[in-house]
Amino acid sequence: MTHRKTAALLSIIPGVGQCYNKQWVKGSIFLFLAACYFIAFLDFLNIGLWGIVTLGTEVPRDHSIFLLVNGVISLIVVAIGLGFYALNFYDAYQNGKKRDMGLKLNTLREQYHNVIDKGFPYLMVGPGFLLLVFVVIFPIIFMLLLSFTNYNLYNSPPSKLVDWVGLQTFIEMFTLDIWRETFISVFAWTIIWTFTATTLQIGVGIFLAVLLNQKDLKFKGLIRTLLILPWAVPAFVSILIFSGLFNDTFGAINNDVLAAFGIDSIPWMTDPFYTKIALIFIQSWLGFPFVMAMTTGVLQSIPGELYEAATVDGATTWDKFKKITLPMILFTTAPILITQYTFNFNNFNVIYLFNNGGPAIPDQNAGGTDILISWIYNLTMTSAQYSKAAAVTVMLSIIIVSVSLFYFRKTKSFKDEGMI
Amino acid sequence: MSIKTANRIRLTLSYLILLGAIAVVIYPIIWVVGSSLNPGNSLSSSTIIPENATLDHYRKLFAETEYLTWYWNTLKICFITMVLSVIFIGLTAYAFSRYKFVGRKNGLLLFLILQMIPQFVAILAIYILAFQVGLLDTHLALILVYVGGLIPMNTYLAKNYYDTIPKELDESARIDGAGHFRIFWQIILPLSKPILAVIALFSFISPFADFILASILISSDEKQTLAVGLFNMISNKFGNNFTLFAAGSVLVAIPIGLLFLSLQRYFISGLTAGGTKG
Repeated sequence: MTHRKTAALLSIIPGVGQCYNKQWVKGSIFLFLAACYFIAFLDFLNIGLWGIVTLGTEVPRDHSIFLLVNGVISLIVVAIGLGFYALNFYDAYQNGKKRDMGLKLNTLREQYHNVIDKGFPYLMVGPGFLLLVFVVIFPIIFMLLLSFTNYNLYNSPPSKLVDWVGLQTFIEMFTLDIWRETFISVFAWTIIWTFTATTLQIGVGIFLAVLLNQKDLKFKGLIRTLLILPWAVPAFVSILIFSGLFNDTFGAINNDVLAAFGIDSIPWMTDPFYTKIALIFIQSWLGFPFVMAMTTGVLQSIPGELYEAATVDGATTWDKFKKITLPMILFTTAPILITQYTFNFNNFNVIYLFNNGGPAIPDQNAGGTDILISWIYNLTMTSAQYSKAAAVTVMLSIIIVSVSLFYFRKTKSFKDEGMI
Repeated sequence: MSIKTANRIRLTLSYLILLGAIAVVIYPIIWVVGSSLNPGNSLSSSTIIPENATLDHYRKLFAETEYLTWYWNTLKICFITMVLSVIFIGLTAYAFSRYKFVGRKNGLLLFLILQMIPQFVAILAIYILAFQVGLLDTHLALILVYVGGLIPMNTYLAKNYYDTIPKELDESARIDGAGHFRIFWQIILPLSKPILAVIALFSFISPFADFILASILISSDEKQTLAVGLFNMISNKFGNNFTLFAAGSVLVAIPIGLLFLSLQRYFISGLTAGGTKG
């Protein structure tokens, strides 16, 4: 038997393979680490893995949700452990191979330098990645698993147990009338909202930027600064101010602005249709300055000769805008404009802070202006439909990731890394 | 119609449209300043130019509410988040940009996917995790969650910038005997100040604007952040505290607005870099 096979085989117990290769210090460190891992985590993993399979068997001893949390953490710990275990095999095998070929193994000193060299990137990525695992990756795995349970108000721990129900929650989303209808209407409004609000903010932004870019216009700097104010003021403050302005009975829009034009009060906060109009207006107000500022940068970089040549050829102002200005703007800013769409798709703040996703409407369990993300919030925080919220989360994530990946595949940095 | 009149019409129209836009933009801002100076508590009696202007609400804000504490909490959280994010992101992006290591490609792909999923979809999980480790209702929990959430997207931003710094610089330093960390500290870091400034700005502003995570993780009034505190001020019995809220928002909007206007070009450069190269 070759050294590499023996060494790899002996590595079933971490470190023994290294000792076989006569790397005693490395071998004992591996053995020691493995022992620590088992002593520290054995009990935790035992309960954790049992918990994630059964979600508890006895009330009130077992709390299903805590068991699920520990279960997910156990899975992460197991994954890390397996990673090191694989490393141990790999190392023993590689050194065995060197011995087979009659090469000298690294001395302890060389091993040390090797670890520092190879380990450096891990050392740098490590802290950030660990944090990411717990505050971003863990929650996503947890929500994914939760969507396969029946966790809701009626079987909440500690008095009841939660069970695995497979795809039941997803099936209910589409078979129970109230859920299906709510999902469809919320989803439809999310799409309409994303497209109208974003397109409007982009349109207004580009229009004002072009208007401001006319050579003979005076007070450019002042006007630009004034128009950029909505971006400068924190959005949550502006949204809350708007919720006061649009208030049905007290708000200044009804009492002062519309009254001045002799228009009757409009139920901004109580009629879903008008709330939607108000929301789209507010988002355009909030979002256009960024587009305007960015477009201004592009406009200033378009060479003047292009316009002069066009003038010589007899192009009208409109021709110039359509054939030179607009293509230039869209070409350079398209990627950023697309991120504006994804931003609004998940724009929780404007929907929730303005009118809590309301007004409430009959026959569905979401507010009249709830988008998917604010619906998830309400399902979690007010109606305690946790597994349904998790199912919506999973669907929302799938939508975003597939749409974004489709788009990102075309970008340069993605191709550079060869990630397709 | 002569060219001169055509020009005049075009300019007049432009001014009119811009004037209209300015009016729409300015109106809410003036209105809220007016409300904050109005005597009385409610929205109904307030007028845009108050008859008996008063600074009462500002006084009340400091004396009777936790406003100053909220302000301090928010600034503290934003600042710590900013420092930690810049450190974590700077280091992570450096490893991704300069080293070939096992898991690099998958790591980058993972970051790309994670930056698309908004962190707050998993609010329930974050809440339960914070509860289990005993960090519920602490600023530490909020900071950790913010920093974690900022890592994926901003790492890409920094990595793309590092990629533009020539690798020959590192190599010649290595030949001269500089270690891994020294190369990062003395060569890469000074050259990447602009992007780190942008990341610092983003990591300061995004916790400032966050409502959802703060509203879930923090429950005591004296630990609240500005976004949640101000929201609660008007959502409890709408209209009754509106003038107080107005005073509170003016004091947020002015300093942050000024800070923003002075740093505006960094925002644009950062967002543009993120979009075109991301």
